Amino acid sequence: MTAKMPVYMDNNATTRTDPRVVDAMLPYFLEKFGNSASRNHPFGWEAEAAVEDGREQIAALIGASAKEVIFTSGATESNNLAIKGVAAMYKKKGNHVVTQATEHKAVLDTCKRLERDGYQVTYLPVDQYGRVSAEQVREAITDKTVLVSIMAANNEIGTLQPIKAIGRLCKEKGVLFHTDAVQVVGKVPVDVEDMGIDLLSLSAHKMYGPKGIGALYVRKKDPRVRLEPQIDGGGHERGMRSGTLPVPLIVGLGKASELCRLEMAEESQRTFRLRERLRSKIMGELPESYLNGHPEERLPGNANISFAYVEGEGLMMGIKDVAVSSGSACTSASLEPSYVLRALGVGDELAHSSIRFGIGRFNTEAEVDFVADLVVREVSRLREMSPLYEMAQQGIDLKKIEWAHH
Amino acid sequence: MPYSDKVLEHYNNPRNVGSFDAQDPSVGTGLVGAPECGDVMRLQIKVNPGTGVIEDAKFKTFGCGSAIASSSLATEWLKGKTVDEALGIKNTEIVEELALPPVKVHCSVLAEDAIKAAIANYQQKQDAEVPADAAAEPVGV
Repeated sequence: MTAKMPVYMDNNATTRTDPRVVDAMLPYFLEKFGNSASRNHPFGWEAEAAVEDGREQIAALIGASAKEVIFTSGATESNNLAIKGVAAMYKKKGNHVVTQATEHKAVLDTCKRLERDGYQVTYLPVDQYGRVSAEQVREAITDKTVLVSIMAANNEIGTLQPIKAIGRLCKEKGVLFHTDAVQVVGKVPVDVEDMGIDLLSLSAHKMYGPKGIGALYVRKKDPRVRLEPQIDGGGHERGMRSGTLPVPLIVGLGKASELCRLEMAEESQRTFRLRERLRSKIMGELPESYLNGHPEERLPGNANISFAYVEGEGLMMGIKDVAVSSGSACTSASLEPSYVLRALGVGDELAHSSIRFGIGRFNTEAEVDFVADLVVREVSRLREMSPLYEMAQQGIDLKKIEWAHH
Repeated sequence: MPYSDKVLEHYNNPRNVGSFDAQDPSVGTGLVGAPECGDVMRLQIKVNPGTGVIEDAKFKTFGCGSAIASSSLATEWLKGKTVDEALGIKNTEIVEELALPPVKVHCSVLAEDAIKAAIANYQQKQDAEVPADAAAEPVGV
């Protein structure tokens, strides 16, 4: 079996909508188009039933009850609502938030805004694998802390955070705990009760559902979490998020959640095997290639690898039949390499050389083998073209050279 | 980011990849950029001391496709030019030839810097006369 071109291997960015999800959604665009807030006719009742069914499916996936699920436009909005909503609601109690350096921008920039509005934010540093410890969180919590926000897994390097230990600590300290769980929901088991999570952000398009829909889990008891809404209007979603519910998208997220719940155990094993096949083939063939992130505590489908002496965007051009991402500055408008890799202490030169492979539900073994062979060939070709590789081969210490920084 | 056909052509079939002996008095070497910035170019020229004509040029580049294409193009343009003519190559000409987008203009600037550094290195060697290998070499090349 051969791989069909181009190969999509960027499943940490987004996933293909599962055809079964699309099939479930279609009737809600066509004959079942009602507004779920219409209480006076069957169109509305039908839509409301579909929404509540979706809510149940999401809740079942994360060990919550349906009433604790608030629909949003996606995880960016969920993160904004959780952090700003808690900060505003508990202002009298305190003005301090704890987070960490490798969070998604939807968390970091939200925290930056809070700082401009007079709040204090602690950004915990991570270790060489991108992890924080519950102990670090414990030390950062003060009597002014109202919220701890730590992601469940990082989107670039796939590192899993010790969520359960942090959740339990937050319970012990009486501080609310939010986790951006977009990368783990549907791939790694999540249980909000067992893990002591009070608020959890998730997004449909990272788990084979449609774009434009996400959810925020908001704990309803022990403790009951309250949020200052960020969008005012008709008082939908227990007043926390106004706006007519996008019924077809909710049906899609519900179906995607159901499929993940039923298939996660088997699927995660499969994506893990494929990732290890890819990683070991590539790293076995290419000396001086380095895995970024934690070797074991990581998302099953994620491999982030730096190839010394080869620039990431240059490499992506060589493997143009494969859709991946790079931490290279050249792929961003800022010309700065990945802040996540920097936070791990990966040198800028290796950050520029990194490629993120994200294996998902629809990848095949033939694709993995094709990608591994292509990467090995192109890295070797580009190394032959790299002055740094030649110098390193000659035994020159690249760190001792006075480079002209530009 | 979409690449122009010319960038792709140079990237897939780079011209004049390789190295000359940096100790050779007729060779000028320019090494510019920095690994932490994501691009390093090494451009070398081989000059006929009698005529001042650049008879051959080679490059090696660590960088994105546009950086590789800019240096590949530079070696093509250098060959057959006198040293003085080569000093006239402007980064804007590279931008135009390769249709580089604004975010990639720095690749062309780096290529122009590499040309100037290679020529400066060659001229230093000429001025230093003997012993040629004692002339100021860029470290590590």
